[in-house]
Amino acid sequence: MKRVPLTGGKMVLTADEQAIETRHLGFTISPHEECAVEEAVRLVEANGGETVVLTLGPAAAEEQLRDSMAIGADRAVLLKTDGVEWDAQATAGAIVDAIRAEEPFDLILFGNESADASNYQVGIRVAYALGLPVVTGLKKISLEGAQVRCECDAGGARDVYVVPMPAVLTVLEGLNLPRYPSVPGRLRAKSKPLAVSEPARPPSQLEKLRLVVPAGQGKQAEILGEGPSAAPRVVEVMQSLGVA
Amino acid sequence: MSTLVFVEPDDDLSLQALAFARTLGDVRAVSLDGAYAPAAWAAAIVSAAQGADTIVAAGSDRGNELLAHVAARLDKPFAANVTRIDGDVVTRIRWGGSLLEEARLHGSPRILTVAPHTHAAEAAGAPIELLVPDASDASPRVLERVEEQAGGVSLRDAKVVVSGGRGVGSAEGFAIIEELAGLLGAAVGCSRVVTSAGWRPHADQVGQTGTKISADLYVACGISGATQHIAGAKGAKKILAINSDREAPIFASADYGVIGDLHEIVPAISAELRKVRG
Repeated sequence: MKRVPLTGGKMVLTADEQAIETRHLGFTISPHEECAVEEAVRLVEANGGETVVLTLGPAAAEEQLRDSMAIGADRAVLLKTDGVEWDAQATAGAIVDAIRAEEPFDLILFGNESADASNYQVGIRVAYALGLPVVTGLKKISLEGAQVRCECDAGGARDVYVVPMPAVLTVLEGLNLPRYPSVPGRLRAKSKPLAVSEPARPPSQLEKLRLVVPAGQGKQAEILGEGPSAAPRVVEVMQSLGVA
Repeated sequence: MSTLVFVEPDDDLSLQALAFARTLGDVRAVSLDGAYAPAAWAAAIVSAAQGADTIVAAGSDRGNELLAHVAARLDKPFAANVTRIDGDVVTRIRWGGSLLEEARLHGSPRILTVAPHTHAAEAAGAPIELLVPDASDASPRVLERVEEQAGGVSLRDAKVVVSGGRGVGSAEGFAIIEELAGLLGAAVGCSRVVTSAGWRPHADQVGQTGTKISADLYVACGISGATQHIAGAKGAKKILAINSDREAPIFASADYGVIGDLHEIVPAISAELRKVRG
């Protein structure tokens, strides 16, 4: 799971062009991962077991780990960085080491891609390193004994996979509707175990040089009017566009 | 220089990737058929790519998945959704296109997908070589494809989308959005706030984590215009925003705006449409 900024209406970069300026922003769990955490908690509620939530990120990512424990995850692992972004290969490597240090898991869930870096690959790399089957982009997960049935959108249809556990699955928002943390849930989360380690960062193989805000974001809308009296002008515009 | 390109049949994004690859030098276009099996297909691509210095696919769900498998198999870096490449420096999209990253792609072969709609599609007709995956490969594969019942106008392909955000206020509030959409033969959309609140199903969400639309007109009602939403809406040719806050960021992404309460304005537009149609 990944901590990402809530970017609002406009992207503003830091002076060194290495990151988004987040001084005035809140943070959240990247949307696909939020559904992965919810799904893990539901699977454990229905079948028993334990949910462990893991992130690689700065110390402040404890906030997102506590949020995950507030909705039902049992414990958390923070692979703490100094705040510098890790590339996908390095991230996958650190996650693999952390998973190997734990008891075996039946399911390892990821978001299909993070909201910010959107590299589309960390879950797949982890699966290869662990020698596990991987299915991506899931909108439905159901357990069938020692197997898991996976469904993903395929343009007006659903593609179905059935794979043996243990398996790596990556999910998309829409898989479920994540619950909001309750007040008692937040209180319980404060005392749940959170293990912290600080892996060393290997050199980036996809090495970020700089970020750029794309041109052309500064449109200025032509105001057609205020209130319901603008309706005739709106319909004129729709007619001129050939859609009314 | 030789580039291996994975191409899906009848796929415009693949033809865009092919056009991109041509700018790098010699191209070998390959495809696979039969039941989709990402790991087995990736293994076939890796075998075919021996000697290639670049491996390219479309920045589609399948293209990104396959090349991530290829990169994991080769333990090489992979740059998803690239808009341009100059030697080993790529420009790629982040945040659904709201931000660009320039990055150095180390090692060889270079593995990358091409961001959708950043290059014109090549006219079809290039010879495509069909690869055969290893039949004994037991990795996950699609076992069945279940057709879903078509419900109304598809958001992805709709000519007009009428969408509501936080300003709509409730699930019931969408009645006026549905009425206007019905008159325009439009699909109903919404923002992420709306699906997170459970007012509409996720299938209606326009955004980075929802559907990316390509309508002629997008009507955004009570939507502030967060980057996450614009990432899904910017494929529309024209955007009309209705919002009570004239400072809302949506007006910096819209072509037309109406200032005021959508609960009054949207029914007034529906009434006007009925009036002009007699």
